[in-house]
This record gives sequence, structure tokens and C-alpha cells, in this order.
Amino acid sequence: MQRPFLLNFILLAAALVLSVAVGAVFVPPDLLARALLARGMGFAAPVEWTKTFEAIVFKIRLPHTALIALSGMALAGSGAAYQGLFRNPLADPYLIGVASGASLGAVMAMSLGWSASSLGMFAIPAAAFIASLLTVAIVYTLAYSGRSTPNTTLILAGVAVSSFTTALTSFLMLRSQGELHRAIAWLMGGGVLSGWPPVWSVLPYVVIGLGALFSMGHALNVLQFGEEQAQQLGLAVGRSRIIIILAASLATAAAIAFSGVIGFIGLIVPHVARILWGSDYRRLIPLSTLGGATVLLLADLFARTVMAPQELPVGMITALAGAPFFLWVLKTTDR
Amino acid sequence: MLEVQSLSVNYGSRQILHEVSLNVARGEILALIGPNGAGKTTLLKTVSGVLRPHKGSICLDGRDLARLSTSQRARMMSVVPQARRLPETFTVWETVLLGRTPYLGWLGRPTEQDRQHIRAALERTDTMELAERRIGELSGGEQQRVLLARALAQDTPVLLMDEPTTHLDLHHQIGLLNLVKELAQEKNLATIMALHDLNLASVYADRVALLVNGKLDGIGAPKDVLTEARLSEVYRLPLHVINHPDLGVPLILPEGQGGRPVA
Repeated sequence: MQRPFLLNFILLAAALVLSVAVGAVFVPPDLLARALLARGMGFAAPVEWTKTFEAIVFKIRLPHTALIALSGMALAGSGAAYQGLFRNPLADPYLIGVASGASLGAVMAMSLGWSASSLGMFAIPAAAFIASLLTVAIVYTLAYSGRSTPNTTLILAGVAVSSFTTALTSFLMLRSQGELHRAIAWLMGGGVLSGWPPVWSVLPYVVIGLGALFSMGHALNVLQFGEEQAQQLGLAVGRSRIIIILAASLATAAAIAFSGVIGFIGLIVPHVARILWGSDYRRLIPLSTLGGATVLLLADLFARTVMAPQELPVGMITALAGAPFFLWVLKTTDR
Repeated sequence: MLEVQSLSVNYGSRQILHEVSLNVARGEILALIGPNGAGKTTLLKTVSGVLRPHKGSICLDGRDLARLSTSQRARMMSVVPQARRLPETFTVWETVLLGRTPYLGWLGRPTEQDRQHIRAALERTDTMELAERRIGELSGGEQQRVLLARALAQDTPVLLMDEPTTHLDLHHQIGLLNLVKELAQEKNLATIMALHDLNLASVYADRVALLVNGKLDGIGAPKDVLTEARLSEVYRLPLHVINHPDLGVPLILPEGQGGRPVA
């Protein structure tokens, strides 16, 4: 296997183990490994494996870790795709307004009371998806000039669209009682749902979205040379763009619907991957996906432990680290 | 044989090309010349399928290209654009691979055959040793050769070039055009090349097509089209035309001493 992939798999495995092991109760990784192995093979669990460990690991930490990892994958993978689509390294799902669009959709669905039913588990990401498609369509129309997207136009369009959707979200929150306390946590970048149901409902969206993006690597490469050359090279430009927008927005919306508005992962991870391993999108998207899971797991671990027992929203951590990074990228890209 | 028949193109309400008809045989180089704004780039964009003609047709060996999909069309003709604003972080190999786009499956994985085409294109354009370099690090002449390699990898019977020599010094201009001339013969390519430099057009083209204000003003061998009277009028400038000492083709010189544009 190629070295960057191997490295990313090792880092991700380490982050997964840490995320499950560390918390208010420490679960020794070797014990964890033996218990998981035993469970997988159908043996009896090791004697040291208490009922508490069992509950903490299988009911709380594993689903939480899985959801965070899936969200990090979705955000970083789709961030890389948006950057290729906009031909701008600053196109992060958060900065271009897709995230706030998705949260508006999710909050609307919740305010209709859908979350109570098990159908809501699928309806909330669907609503987030539709709303995020609308936002990305608006930002894209405003900012894309045919050849590439100038930084200023992209960010200004993103800011304007997010202010608008955030205002609508706030309005919905003011109008409703009780139900929406989660929305507040969301906008702060926390509010990761717990238990297995959200994992199962986010999984298909992320698999379909990222799977489609993995197949668009070559198309994204061609698009980097501009619309005209892409067409002369034989790419069906319009169709490729639509697939990329649909797939990236699907993955982003699902991640945001269940993990909250988490910014900058989609900016930092692809950017670092591009510096280290080049801008071939056939590699960049899968590498960003793996890296995104690792980085978000570590950010989440930090958020859970730095002020324990108080847990910080993970989006707060990614924003604290990501905003200065963003400014650095802004300063070093000359467009 | 590439045949362009009564092609008219509009941008909004403005007509850019009026009833342009011309053809290019396999193995032949046709140079498109004419003052700025005459419609050279528009003609190339229309032939390559980026712009839709308002009227007229483009046929290759009798097949109407308008009926083909983007990918089928890209197997018929490749385009060498000007080397400007290329995504600098792509390597030369990754760039030339894009020439194989119309042949790749939906996952974009190159087969061994695709790799062979890429290697052949790199060797033919003398860019093999640059394969792992990023295109942002290359000189203008090298970038232009990489774009030519990408077009060769596309393996098409028609080659279109838009001002390929614009940002190159004389050495690289001649080097590139010599290569194009060899390739046109060796691969039997029907080549259309927009050129600003009338002397290069005269030396390298089998025929030249003079476009003026969106109309075809003349087409034929350089000595028939590049005449003193016609060029002086079209370029609004008194010009001398002399014969190349070795090749006998016309060479165009501005008139000395007070030769100013006839404003």
C-alpha cells in the first residue's frame, strides 16, 4: 500500500483507540483490545472486563467515537471536494455557508417535531441536505466567475448567506419552546447525539456521499484547468459539477445534523494533505477523509478532557485552532 | 478532413464570426491570422465545442461534430491552450494523464495502455525527465511542451492550438513549431493554429487563413494571402513583404523611417 495511506490508517487507528479509552473512566487499551477481540470471535470476555467497562465502552464511547469519526470524514472529504469545485483552497463547508444551511434545515425539521419519531432520525439529515444544497447553490452562483472563485467573493458570499440562514435559525429557536435546546448546542459546535441510532442513520449518507466523491477524483483534477479546458479534454462539466455538489452536500449535511456546526476541519485537513501529498484529487479526497476522522477525534478528545468533567463543544476547539490557520492560508494564497 | 461550413457565432446580440468556411486536410497545418479581435480565438473555441455556433456546421470526415458527446468529441480533437494560469501544484505526469480523460472509465483509473500513451507523449515532447516536477516550477517553454504532450496523449486526428508561442522566446518558439510540424506529418494531424506572428505563420503553415472582423478574408498558400497590399490594409500599417532567402516564403517587415500606423 502507498505510504501516505498506511500512515493515515495507523494514525486513525491510534486516534480511535485513544477516543474509546480516554474519558472520566480510563479503559486500558490492551484490555479494550482483548475484550473487543473476544466479543468479535464469540469468546467470553476477560475477567478484568467489568460491567461498568462494558456499559461505558459499548453504550457510550464506541457510538460516540464512531459518530465523531464519520463526521470528521464527511467534513474533511467534502471540504476537499468543495475546494476543487470552487478552485479555491478556502472553500470549507463552514465558510461557504453549507454548514449553517444544513443546521437551518435540521432545526426546521426539529421544530416540526420530527425528532421524536424514529423517522426523524432519517428526516433530519434529509432536511439538512436539502437546505445545504440550496445554500451551496446560492453561494456558487454568487461567487463563481467561470474560471475560478476569487477569495473575497467566495468568503463574502458565504458570510452573507450564513448570516441569513443563521438569522432564520435563531428566529425558529425563539419561536419554539423546549424542544430546541439542542439547537443552541449545535450552533456552538457541540450537541453530538449519543447512542447507536444516530450512527446508523448518518452512516448511509456518509458512505454514499463520500463514495461518490471518491469516484470524482479524476473529474476534479480536470476541473482545476478551468471549464473550457475541462470540456476540451472530454469531461461532461455540468454533470460532474452536479454530482460533486450533491455528494459533498449530502456528506456534510449528515455530519452536521448529528454532530453540530463544526468548522474548519474541512479546511485544515485537505490543506495539510495537499501540502504533504500533492493536489491529485484521486488521492487527496481519500487521504483527507482519513485525516479528517483522526483530527476530529483528537479535537473531540481534547474538548472532553481539557476541562473535565465539563465537556466543551468540539466545534469550539476546531474554531479556536482553525480560525488562525484560516488567516494564515488567506495570507499565503495570493488571489 | 476537417470541414468548417458557413460558421456564424454570436456573443449575445454581437456577431463575432460571419459565415466562415474552411477546411484542413490530415497532415496539414493551417495558420489562423488576423488582427486582435478578428475572431481567431472564437473560431477555435467553436471548433473545439466550447462555444455553440449560431449557424453552420463542423464535420470531421463527413461526421457532424455537433452530434457527438463531449467525450466523443474529445477523441476527435485536442486543444493546446496558452500556458497561462495553470494549477501549479499538479505534476507533469498528472497533467498529461488528463489527456486520457475521454478514454478512462468512471473511476478515472488509467490502464497500462493509457500509461503507454502518456509515456510516448512525454518522450515525443522531450518532457519525460520533467514527469515528477510540478508545472508551477517549469519555464513557459516547458509548460507549453507539457500542454502539447497532454494533447498528444489525447490521441486525436485534429489538433487545435491557440497562440502557442505567445510567451516564448525565439528559441522556444522555433523549437515548439518545429515539433508541431514534425508531429503533423508523422501523426497525420489536421492542425489549426492561431498565430499572431505573421512570419512564423508564413514559415510553418501549409496554408494561412486571414480573418478580419469575423469574416474570412482570404485562405491559401502564404504567398497568395500574405501580400503587401492586403496586409497593409488589414493591419492599418504600411508593410513590406520580401521573400525568405532560403525558403522563398513571404516575410513581413514594417516599413522603415516614419512607418507609423495610418490611424
